[in-house]
Amino acid sequence: MSLRSRRPGLGASLLASVAAAIWILPYAWMVVTSLKPLDEIAQDPTAPFPKHPQLAAYREVFELVPVGRYLLVSLAVAVAIGLLQLALALPAGYALAKLRFVGKKTAFALVVACLLVPAQVTFVSVFLMFSKLSLTNTFSALVLPFAASALGTYLVRQALLSVPDEIIEAARLDGASEVTIIYRILGPLLRPTLVSVFLVSFVFHYSDYFWPLVMTTDDTVRTLPLGIALLKEPGSGVRWHVVMAGNVLLSLPVLALFAIAQKHLIRGVAGRS
Amino acid sequence: MKPRSPIHPWLMLGPSLAAWTLFVFVPLGLAAYESLFAWDMLTDPVYVGGANYAAIAESGELGRILGRTLGFSVLVVAGSMALGLGLALLLDRPGRFFAFVRGAIFSAYVVSWVAVALLWVLLLDPDRGVAASLLRVVGLPRVGFLTDPRAALVTLAAVTIWKITGYAMVVFLAGLRSVPQSIHEAASLDGAGAIARFRWVTWPLLKPTAAFVATTSLIVSFQAFDVVRIMTGGGPARATTLFVYAIYEQVFMNLSVGRASALAVVYFLVLCVLAAAQLRAWHSQTVGRRA
Repeated sequence: MSLRSRRPGLGASLLASVAAAIWILPYAWMVVTSLKPLDEIAQDPTAPFPKHPQLAAYREVFELVPVGRYLLVSLAVAVAIGLLQLALALPAGYALAKLRFVGKKTAFALVVACLLVPAQVTFVSVFLMFSKLSLTNTFSALVLPFAASALGTYLVRQALLSVPDEIIEAARLDGASEVTIIYRILGPLLRPTLVSVFLVSFVFHYSDYFWPLVMTTDDTVRTLPLGIALLKEPGSGVRWHVVMAGNVLLSLPVLALFAIAQKHLIRGVAGRS
Repeated sequence: MKPRSPIHPWLMLGPSLAAWTLFVFVPLGLAAYESLFAWDMLTDPVYVGGANYAAIAESGELGRILGRTLGFSVLVVAGSMALGLGLALLLDRPGRFFAFVRGAIFSAYVVSWVAVALLWVLLLDPDRGVAASLLRVVGLPRVGFLTDPRAALVTLAAVTIWKITGYAMVVFLAGLRSVPQSIHEAASLDGAGAIARFRWVTWPLLKPTAAFVATTSLIVSFQAFDVVRIMTGGGPARATTLFVYAIYEQVFMNLSVGRASALAVVYFLVLCVLAAAQLRAWHSQTVGRRA
């Protein structure tokens, strides 16, 4: 008999409640603070509820930061990266899983090597490359470095290993081209894997702070995380209700996506089953 | 039998390899090259040989950055794995409530680092923060979570653990669910209690999962940047200047491409050593399991 099949006891429920509090109360605090007027934060910063809740902080965020435009840039960057990764990972994973060719082991080793080199190792040189070409502050600088995903390629390859060769042979006998086989036949078969790879990549790049911070110096393609982080920087006396309102706006899209697609995200993150 | 393909397989790998060449392999080589020059991005670069490496090593700065980053990583990996495993065991129960708690914990992993860092700066504020008033209520002395050089690194590790424990939990849950029920039943019939079952049944089967979590969270903790930049700016007294932040600082604040590149090269080598050690451990675990 495992823990799973037993009815939860009181102790387990209590401990789980404590855990829930540790992870949920900070979010609650973010929302509560965002609804407080400035004088309430100044007088009693730790009051659990606002006496006169108001949305003034949200209005102020929209005045200080072009939320709509930054959000659009963030979404466009994350979607573009996700789609490019799928488009490139499918043929690469297909070659690694289903084809026989000279240098296949080397190719696979290169993919694994790329898994181990994070953007934090290469950003200085990539920044210099882009700035030499005057391409900093462009959409390309935010998207192209992530077009190929080693993890995505690896996961697509793993998923393809369990697809029977007969499907590909039958498609060839029917006269299907390789491109058709990869995108029209194997693509739909791998849907669950592709959805997970896309979602994990989307969530990461939507929220990414590091790369846009390095690659942008002005407003042209600023993303929402950068814009929100800037709310705290204007020196004297941080206006916490405004910063937290910005935080709520930044977190809502991802939390909504999480609520809808939790299962796919977890599968993508746990990298199995 | 492998089918033969009319398009050459290397062509299918081509777009990905081109992207990696441009954004991984060439930049790696470039970093090694730039690390041999003194360059401020304004005047012409000057060849200085190994002087950049010597400078960061002799001042002791490199050792301190490395020590801090390793200490931070050990805290984060150990903390998030222990908590993640504990929570996985606790929350692997049926019912909507437990599912909700699992979701709540994992959601922190999904939310932006910026949001998490800003939120915890507020919660840990020494005057207006909730954490400070909790300490007052219990009668403990005031702690400068982010302003005391002895506390700041531990604070950043704690926030990072809060953020990524959901990841460890989810992977451990997947591992727990792949342990066959029948093994638990057999152990129970033999009179094994909950602790004995964990020690002798669950844990040995979870070891490869644990190695996987350790590798990935080590890499994540080594990349820590957002919490540093947003919560402490590397201070107080450089106590939280971790590796990636130190590289960033060299390029964008000190305008020293050479030093930054030298640091990046060392950072890469350290990552390689750690990854090799972990892969070896991981490999021996999985082989041991099959045997």
